[in-house]
Amino acid sequence: MNKFFEFEFLAGHIHYLLFIVLMMTGLFIVVDKTNLVKKIIGLNIFQVSVFMFYVSIGKVTGGTAPIFPMDSNYHVDKDALQENLYSNPLPHVLILTAIVVGIATTSLGLALIVRIRESFNTIDEEEILEIEQKMTRDDNMKYDDISKGML
Amino acid sequence: MIDTFTNTVLFTMLVLTALAIVRMERLFAVVMLSSVFSLLSALLFVTLDAVDVAFTEAAVGAGISTVLMLGTIALTKPAVKKSRHNAFVPLIVVCITGAALIYGTLDMPAFGSLDAPAQIHVGPDYLSRTPSDIDVPNVVTAILGSYRGFDTLGETAVVFTAGIGVLLLLSGLRRRRDDDGEDI
Repeated sequence: MNKFFEFEFLAGHIHYLLFIVLMMTGLFIVVDKTNLVKKIIGLNIFQVSVFMFYVSIGKVTGGTAPIFPMDSNYHVDKDALQENLYSNPLPHVLILTAIVVGIATTSLGLALIVRIRESFNTIDEEEILEIEQKMTRDDNMKYDDISKGML
Repeated sequence: MIDTFTNTVLFTMLVLTALAIVRMERLFAVVMLSSVFSLLSALLFVTLDAVDVAFTEAAVGAGISTVLMLGTIALTKPAVKKSRHNAFVPLIVVCITGAALIYGTLDMPAFGSLDAPAQIHVGPDYLSRTPSDIDVPNVVTAILGSYRGFDTLGETAVVFTAGIGVLLLLSGLRRRRDDDGEDI
């Protein structure tokens, strides 16, 4: 347990801690706020924090972006290649895909919000719940009357 | 050293922006702040050596998603009001989740270490094979377009599906509004 309070350990793990703080801010917005657009924004914050966390795994101290130097014939310069240290390109690729998928889901969510506004005339979660409860109550009373009439 | 300094400054700004988004009630301001958040995270991606991710995030996160959200606000004309419920339970949930996640990171290799599992298996293989296999200077492009081309194809399928979904949800919006006699 003592190693968790050493400076070296903290310096190596403080980034993860900060990413998680950002993630939890996003989660708090999703859970606490009732406005649906704001919920989507909280989801985006959460998502971007996860991306940063994931990309940070590929970072190498003293490394540079994984783009190779070129020679005069526009081929990769294999001699100059050995001089540099490169960060891991694989997390970058996976996160590129994730960003694009993320914007696709965001746009779908926003379109759903527009439809909800059309049906309920509000985009506040609590108001939508109230309206739904009222609709259910009205339905129950209506069908209760009908079933009484049949008896 | 300078890396740590820039990272700390960027983190502080990111956290401040996120907290401002939590506090802010006007939706227009919140959308603008989320755009700022995306730009700051793009800067952080540059310091993490992920330049391709950085400009995708700047274009998609700060550009397209902001436009989409402004469009949604214009279509819904929302009136934001204070939430009536207590923020205590969400706070507890968030704290417990955060504590569990932090506990999970304790076993991770230190940030930027060369001998981390991620650095000794597939990544170096791609780095060493790209010059002879594909001869493209940007390794991220090589993996995205060639080694993992099917991933990218799947991504395109997802974007296509989402586009069709949005079109189906929003098509006939104007017609339905005209039927209802609602002014746009």
